[in-house]
Amino acid sequence: MSIDLAGRVLRSRTVAALASPHGIDRYLKQINPMWAAHEVRARIVSVEREVAVAGHPTVATVTLQPTSTWAGHRAGQHVSVGVEVDGTRRTTRVFSISSPDSHPGDRFTLTIRANPEAGERSVSTFLTERARPGQLVHLSQAEGDFVLPDRMPEHVLLLSGGSGITPVMAMLRSLQRRTHRGRITFLHFAQSPEHTIFGAELAEVARSGHGIDVHVLHPRQGDPYLSPAFLERLVPGYRDVPAWACGPASLIEAARAAYDGSDALRVEYFKPPRVSGTAGGSLTFTRSGVTVPNTGAPVLEQAEAAGLTPEYGCRMGICFSCTARKSDGVTRNILSGETSSLPDDDIRICVSAPDGDCAIDL
Amino acid sequence: MTHTTTLTPEQLEEFGAELDAIRQRIIADLGEADAAYLRKVVKAQRAFEAAGRALFYLPPAWPLAVASLSVSKILDNMEIGHNVMHGQYDWLGDPDYNSRMFEWDNVCPSEQWKYSHNYLHHTYTNILGKDRDIGYGILRMDEEQEWRPYYLGNPLYAFLLMVLFEWGVAAHDLEVDEIVAGNKTWADTKKLHAGLIRKIRNQVLKDYLLFPALTGPLFPLTFAGNATANLIRNIWAFNIIFCGHFPTGVATFAQEDCEEETRGHWYYRQLLGSANITGGKLFHVMTGNLSHQIEHHLFPDLPARRYPEIAAEVRDICRRYGLPYNTGSLSRQLGSVFVKIGRLALPGRGRRRAAQVSPAAEPAVAA
Repeated sequence: MSIDLAGRVLRSRTVAALASPHGIDRYLKQINPMWAAHEVRARIVSVEREVAVAGHPTVATVTLQPTSTWAGHRAGQHVSVGVEVDGTRRTTRVFSISSPDSHPGDRFTLTIRANPEAGERSVSTFLTERARPGQLVHLSQAEGDFVLPDRMPEHVLLLSGGSGITPVMAMLRSLQRRTHRGRITFLHFAQSPEHTIFGAELAEVARSGHGIDVHVLHPRQGDPYLSPAFLERLVPGYRDVPAWACGPASLIEAARAAYDGSDALRVEYFKPPRVSGTAGGSLTFTRSGVTVPNTGAPVLEQAEAAGLTPEYGCRMGICFSCTARKSDGVTRNILSGETSSLPDDDIRICVSAPDGDCAIDL
Repeated sequence: MTHTTTLTPEQLEEFGAELDAIRQRIIADLGEADAAYLRKVVKAQRAFEAAGRALFYLPPAWPLAVASLSVSKILDNMEIGHNVMHGQYDWLGDPDYNSRMFEWDNVCPSEQWKYSHNYLHHTYTNILGKDRDIGYGILRMDEEQEWRPYYLGNPLYAFLLMVLFEWGVAAHDLEVDEIVAGNKTWADTKKLHAGLIRKIRNQVLKDYLLFPALTGPLFPLTFAGNATANLIRNIWAFNIIFCGHFPTGVATFAQEDCEEETRGHWYYRQLLGSANITGGKLFHVMTGNLSHQIEHHLFPDLPARRYPEIAAEVRDICRRYGLPYNTGSLSRQLGSVFVKIGRLALPGRGRRRAAQVSPAAEPAVAA
């Protein structure tokens, strides 16, 4: 109640006018980093290993205590997490939430597989292997429409592969908490029993769950992979059963093929970051929908050659007028030779030349 | 004054490469110390601001409140605002310190300032007819600006610009002089109006209505205190900034000399077109390290706290290439600026011009 009142005051127009132009959050965080009126941040409460197979990326569950500004989430949604990996440069990545539906200000968990290919600024490696309780992370609100409907169908199929289990596990946990009375078929593909995230919890659900059929399969060890015939055997008439699928591209493709365009299937998958170093390729201007062969010249010049008119100023990398978001690919700063390989990086297009395939938000 | 190149194209290229090397080295070294410094300055600024606002409740502490708020505004505009909006801290990835998102405690909208300052002024530094910071469209600050009877008021205009500096900066992008001259119309500035009005409204509402009102019966005192703090910031910023490009010995350039300019020549022009001020560490912080205007113009996107450490190297490079490095105490640089403002109020261009020598041939002005 009192917190609510404080929140309402802090979000009032009067306070906004008094704190102009910086905004009240930039004053509050000077006093306590967990105080916020608009922004969402969180403290790491704990980091628990889920999977630790030697020679394979770690999987860990990170429990977060968000600021009171966290609006809660629905199972299946994801959140952007920004961390200062080397103590300085903030990098932001999107992760699925693994805990059931949360209310405003509630703790929630992320279950993350480290992605060692993302390099030394890898957010996933930091969170799974180096993060310590008490550290602060920056969050967005929960996002995404890969969620269960308010009125649950009689029977649902939750389908996942590898670390794609995270959002569907959140759904399963929510349904258990809601004491869902209908049928749930939970089908998960993993490399091996040791690689299976939430293996113990799934075994427990399989043993005691009411109306929940759990199938954890290891195709590399001889189990069948996803196919229409297999699905039909498991869930007769499966095309009429609403399904939620999350996993690697191969699983999503197999699920799409099996459902043959039916809108009973909802999918979610994250594209792994791609590091390319080859010259050539193509340069895509995403907002204009224009793709041209990459000549290796600065993005600004190539955009102009393609008939676009991006904003620019000095054309020599000092004034930042032309800064644009690179959504994908690698660019090289032609003055310093620095490369930018992270997606969603802001680059000065007058001095940044693409290294192979590249997409710019222009 | 116009400038004649004394370095050969090859020398210019080497000169540029040496400066590029400094830049590379600093960029590779950016890290925690820079982030911690910025956060420390911001924390101090917020503390000065909060203290200033709070002390207005104690009438005897009024001078202290004004001093505290003045320091807050100076830090906000110079060491934080100016530098963050240059993109010096964009690499942090922190939206609080991103050049595209930062807004400062000043009536000029950051968006408009970035255009005239980061782009026009920093790209075309001291090129007559291109860099609108030469006299800001109000003053005669260079012999090459043709004298008109209007310029008899040069000292008066400079004084008014000093006390109203933030308003002058805000009006800068409207290019009122161009409207008066008939080169553009009021309607041409229309796209600037909404942003300008919004920013002015927010600043006025905060400093001249809400905070005074919060102190109840002390309204007039708080109002006057806020106005004084803004005035002190205006005077300080004006004086520091005028020492950056207008002291004696600073060169200006003709447009034709800068066509097809190489990177080396650009560095060369930035060096000859800027001047430093000597002083202690605290002084440098309070100027936003613009006391190192030369280093700032060579490397506008490097964090300003690095300028003092680069300065010795830049100076050494200048010595080796026989180029002047214009630096002096605040009183000396300001004195020469005031003399120039007065002198250029009067006609007398041709005679002086004949007496000019190329700045590159002049001995370096020692500190």
